[in-house]
Amino acid sequence: MADTAVHDDTHAAHDDHAAHHTSTGLSNNKLAMWMFLGSECLLFGGLISTYMLYRGRHSANLGPDQVWDIPFTSASSFVLLMSSLTMVLAVSSAHRKDDRNTKVWLSVTALLGALFVAGQVYEFTTFYREGLGFTTSLFSSSFYTLTGFHGVHVTVGIIMLMSLSGMISRNKVPGDKAETVELFGLYWHFVDVVWILIFTLVYLIPA
Amino acid sequence: MAIIERPSDTVALAPSGAPAVATPDTSYGVFRRPVHTTGWKSWLFTIDHKKLGIMYGVTAMVFFIIGGVEALLIRLQLAGPNGTVLNADQYNQMFTMHATTMVFLFVMPMAAAFANYMVPLQIGARDVAFPRINAFGYWAYLFGGLLLNSSWFLGGAADGGWFMYAPNSSVVFSPTNGVDFWGLGLQITGIASLTGAINLIVTVINMRAPGMSLMKMPIFTWMVMVVQFLLLFAMPVITVALFMLMFQRSFDATFFSVEAGADPLLWQHLFWIFGHPEVYIIVLPSFGIVSEILPVFSKKPLFGYPLVVFSGAAIGLVGWGVWAHHMFASGLGPISVAVFSVATMAIAIPTGVKIVNWTLTMWGGKIAFTVPMLYAVGVIVQFTIGGLSGVTHSVAPSDTQQTDTYYIVAHFHYVIFGGAVLGLFAGLYYWWPKMFGKMLNERLGKWNFWLTIVGMNLTFGPMHVIGLQGQPRRMYVWTENRAGEGFFNIGFWNLMATIGSFVLTLGVLVFLINIYVSHRKGTEKAPLDPWDARSLEWITANPPKEHNFDRLPTVGHLDEFFHRKYEDRGEGERHDYHQVATAEEILAAEEASADKHIHLPSPSYWPILLAFSLPIMGYGVIYNLYLLAGGALLALVSMYGWGMEPHTAPSDDYDPPKGTELEVAAHG
Repeated sequence: MADTAVHDDTHAAHDDHAAHHTSTGLSNNKLAMWMFLGSECLLFGGLISTYMLYRGRHSANLGPDQVWDIPFTSASSFVLLMSSLTMVLAVSSAHRKDDRNTKVWLSVTALLGALFVAGQVYEFTTFYREGLGFTTSLFSSSFYTLTGFHGVHVTVGIIMLMSLSGMISRNKVPGDKAETVELFGLYWHFVDVVWILIFTLVYLIPA
Repeated sequence: MAIIERPSDTVALAPSGAPAVATPDTSYGVFRRPVHTTGWKSWLFTIDHKKLGIMYGVTAMVFFIIGGVEALLIRLQLAGPNGTVLNADQYNQMFTMHATTMVFLFVMPMAAAFANYMVPLQIGARDVAFPRINAFGYWAYLFGGLLLNSSWFLGGAADGGWFMYAPNSSVVFSPTNGVDFWGLGLQITGIASLTGAINLIVTVINMRAPGMSLMKMPIFTWMVMVVQFLLLFAMPVITVALFMLMFQRSFDATFFSVEAGADPLLWQHLFWIFGHPEVYIIVLPSFGIVSEILPVFSKKPLFGYPLVVFSGAAIGLVGWGVWAHHMFASGLGPISVAVFSVATMAIAIPTGVKIVNWTLTMWGGKIAFTVPMLYAVGVIVQFTIGGLSGVTHSVAPSDTQQTDTYYIVAHFHYVIFGGAVLGLFAGLYYWWPKMFGKMLNERLGKWNFWLTIVGMNLTFGPMHVIGLQGQPRRMYVWTENRAGEGFFNIGFWNLMATIGSFVLTLGVLVFLINIYVSHRKGTEKAPLDPWDARSLEWITANPPKEHNFDRLPTVGHLDEFFHRKYEDRGEGERHDYHQVATAEEILAAEEASADKHIHLPSPSYWPILLAFSLPIMGYGVIYNLYLLAGGALLALVSMYGWGMEPHTAPSDDYDPPKGTELEVAAHG
């Protein structure tokens, strides 16, 4: 959704073509991304609250304690956290104007993200086979909705990373390339931070 | 219209731009950029904040009329005992859609219209930060509103009341698709609000004219910014609730299935965590407009500007801590009730500060009772009545008596109609010459005002009585034998309210007639500065040029325009203002030193296409999942098109109108 900062251009025409001429000095795109992420906090806040309210409402044999596979989810969480590291490396390469490494690290980040989503798909399938459908109980509805929303966020992130990588290859990134990579990084880190919350609240704290 | 100068100049400028910015020189996709400056295409693909502002306003007005007709049907049904105009089912749909339309499709977008149009002008900018997102927001609002209202023709509209309490909203109790349309329609207009909020916040924070610190910002812009922060954090909460409603109804989730152990209060909490800030989202823009108008027509600066700013922000902040006062009757427990009760009383303080500041602004001023001023004073009086009945709700024992009676209806109509709608009308009259270059007729305006005021008091005043007598707010008939006696006969007051609603309608009709009369051929052009105004939006032509300002103004004062017109020759604490320049002279000076190169963002096909994918997905959820996939595909394509499109079109990407300078420049 990152749009281009139109007025950077407008002002650039007058003010020595400064890259970012805004009242705060912060670029419009970056400010907008922070606002968006602020809003996302409330989105996940609502979903997490719903889950916390309903996590104990399930039939005797299909609750969190029965279905969780903590070692497996810990591994996939580790994969997702590592993707934040590679994202940092991508941003750092972008700031050094090193297109080749930027693309490499973006792709690795996307790959790690995909690995995480694959893990989630595997996990969902397993739970479903054990009898925990979306409509089974209040616990299952709120669990699948919360983690599903997070999974969709990761998936959207992967698509964005791949697209960005492709656009860098063809030199078709409108605006400041390094900043665009940084913005995608902000989104990616946010999604990871949310996962830390979800992993702690949903999986680690006993119901 | 994309670029004021010739496109060839853009190319010439590009190489000297910041080296880090690589502007692609061709755009992607099959489309060439739209460049129409006239005709319907110039509106369809526009990203000009002023055009979008007008589009918001016109659309909101249409929905206002639709919502008004729904209200009249409700009042006709209740005019006499055992009404037969509507049956119970139709009545349920009518009050649900009346409220939903008025809140989400009229008041909020009408405020968005002013915000879009005025905020860039008030802060001395040439457009908003993200013009394409701005266009997307408008189209998402329009398509969301149409989807919502299409339910009338597709099996019946939503019937659960505007807060759509669970489990009443589940399929068992509301088997038509009405609630699905309601949820999806609000989801789509919610996306519009969210994107609009991000856009306007960034615009206000980042794009102020040189010298305009936050505390030199016009008060309307301040209130708009507070509202956008409320939207930013309130919309995601209702988004979650609406998603759960959708999963519940369309995909058999169990969030609100009481038989599965669901907690019906979950929906109430989520709804009101959004719903109470929503109240301030509705009313604060109007407060901003009133705070602009009162100083102009009292010939005094706004009394205690910083206090008005901070009390606006305080209302925004405390507004997050009072949501459960909508739920006093739901058995929250004494501690919650006490806390929310006190918080609700506390929010009356900043609101009271505003009322006092407005009154003191007028105190000792040379007051001119023009139509905008009348409406602004109307807001003070009518909103105060609504605010006082609001304080009676904050007392929980009293509220328990009033919950779900017409007393509540009386209260929120005084607040929303008296506080918000009157303020929006004040804004229409005040800014009409700015937006359209014509004055609205003052005589008709006064008819408009007095019919509205008499109408609204006659409609909503009696509802206090009806409510305290115990008439439930959503009962579709009342009966003679339980109507009561004498002064408290609800039959009499119901009839009065119905008559009042028609007087109110007459007032709105006069407004529409006024637009027609004021725009007939031969009516004079509005003067440049008809009101002797104070803020920055008046340092432009009427209506403003496409690029707003010939030269971006440098700001030294709050009320910059006033200080350019008047010089203070008083000594010490005593002010003695003398006019030193007219608006015409100031504008001429600006024009004389106009900026040479002005780049404006180019129109685009993608915002409307992306917005169009949303209702397709909406219908997909209700009818056919393949349609959902199709809509998602269109959204994906639009996003890629959008993402790869440079914001100003390069010269070889034009379809310039034939025979114009632009064409010569592009090909020659």
